[in-house]
Amino acid sequence: MTTSREAMGTRARMTPMHVQVRNLRKQFNLHILNGKQVLAFEDISFDVPQRAFVGIAGRSGSGKSSLLKCLYRTYLVDGGTIEYTRSDDTTIDLVDAEDDAVLDLRVDEIGYVSQFLRPTPRVTALDLAARPLLRRGVPRTEAHRRVAEYFTRLGLPHDLWDGYPILFSGGEQQRVNLARALASQPRLLLLDEPTSALDSSLQREVVLLLAEARERGTTMVGVMHDIELLRELSDEVLLMEAGRVVDRSAGLASEPAQHLVTAGGRA
Amino acid sequence: MTVSERTTIRSNGATAPDATGHVLSVEGLTKLYGDGCPDCLRLTGPETETNSCPRCGSIVACADVSFELRPGRTLGIVGESGSGKTTVLRCLYGDMPPTSGDAYLNAYAGGQRSIFKADPQERRRIRNFHLGMVYQNPRQGLNLMISSGGNVAERLLAAEWRRVDAIRERAAGLLGRMEIPLDRMDQIPAYFSGGMQQRVQVAKALANGPVVVLLDEMTSGLDVSVQAGVLDLILEIQREEGIAMLVVSHDLGVIRLLCERTIVMKSGRVVEAGVTDQILEDPHHPYTQLLVSSVNS
Repeated sequence: MTTSREAMGTRARMTPMHVQVRNLRKQFNLHILNGKQVLAFEDISFDVPQRAFVGIAGRSGSGKSSLLKCLYRTYLVDGGTIEYTRSDDTTIDLVDAEDDAVLDLRVDEIGYVSQFLRPTPRVTALDLAARPLLRRGVPRTEAHRRVAEYFTRLGLPHDLWDGYPILFSGGEQQRVNLARALASQPRLLLLDEPTSALDSSLQREVVLLLAEARERGTTMVGVMHDIELLRELSDEVLLMEAGRVVDRSAGLASEPAQHLVTAGGRA
Repeated sequence: MTVSERTTIRSNGATAPDATGHVLSVEGLTKLYGDGCPDCLRLTGPETETNSCPRCGSIVACADVSFELRPGRTLGIVGESGSGKTTVLRCLYGDMPPTSGDAYLNAYAGGQRSIFKADPQERRRIRNFHLGMVYQNPRQGLNLMISSGGNVAERLLAAEWRRVDAIRERAAGLLGRMEIPLDRMDQIPAYFSGGMQQRVQVAKALANGPVVVLLDEMTSGLDVSVQAGVLDLILEIQREEGIAMLVVSHDLGVIRLLCERTIVMKSGRVVEAGVTDQILEDPHHPYTQLLVSSVNS
């Protein structure tokens, strides 16, 4: 069987790697529940070449959000490595990197669109979405201008821009969240169900925006329930089940990879 | 008065980070009340769940606390009452001497000499020029019977500002920045609300252009909406000025808002340290798990 993994391997020789995940394992040890242990996932290995989109599919509870959180260091892993190649071509293992190094990467390179926005009280939508840019030292007016572009594209009503997202609907919050991540143009963007609260026309717009971000050079790892949407965005789709990757297939976003898989008789 | 009047807070030539990239590093900070005995440290701490040495009765307020702080970063210290978090701040600010340990401030002796080894005069200078402190109780940080402008001026005089017009201008700018109306600059803080008093305290703490500001439960006495406003102002100023902050709080909501990294203290010891969202979403130490599961932050 020609797996897409081999296809990705072929690509890898041409495209530099961005993230290499090896034998990742995550378990929760719940001391307050008498030491109960919950395995989130184990034996996870995959490559993310630069400017690729790797999709992660699977049911609720299969471990996909946990995997994303481990890449962002919101969760600590129990084993394995996450080799990350920085913009200056140096590599760092995100598993044992120092906190400050992780925080540097979050400012400079890695964006994260969480499933739910956690709005800061009394901060307007514009300011909240501009924060990653401000942190990088972009002047406020310029940051607002860039964010406004995405607010417009995502159809966030103009009168909400100066409103407090804590009062917004789920769909509105999700758009603030997306604008915040996209406006800062991170090198690596981690997406956790970025379209779950959006209607289908807005989902199309998000697909378009993500494709544009990729054109500009953003690498992405995305988790989505909607397998059709995910396949459309991805070069490779990993299917997770009960904390393991049980299938890998090519997505539609990468023509050469798809061609290889088709030749291998899988598609 | 334009509230948006921007004041440059950094004024006295903040130093560049040293080779290690830290503005502050604390090593093995320990504070005992009492004579102490050789068994104090062994018989206290999170395992025994006590600060009080069963052999000699000394109180181990904090022991072997170590951390580093980079310029412009914010570190949270969480823990229950009596965990030793305030003691750490007080020792650093110079309100009390530690029993042992070192702290290096790159603004002092190029980070080569521990501020705990500085003589009293130097120590005062470090506090007046390089540090800022906001106390839980405004009474400790402010003289409630002199005007709010006078409170800020007092701090500037300590940092050897001499020109009256410059002092006045800076005080007005800072208080304006903290949304204190200009017409209240000449009023005494005793007549202010709790939220306003805390904002005056922040203006005072920032006046000398500190490299590190220490905040001790500063929003604990405020109602939630006022608290959000004060926190937002602090975040904004911190981002603009690149000041490093050490934030002590038992409120995980405050920590989530302000701090990029967090250390968790219990019975005088650091039991866990990490990136804040990791501490809150994937706590490892049993005590942190208990703490995080006890509240809705």
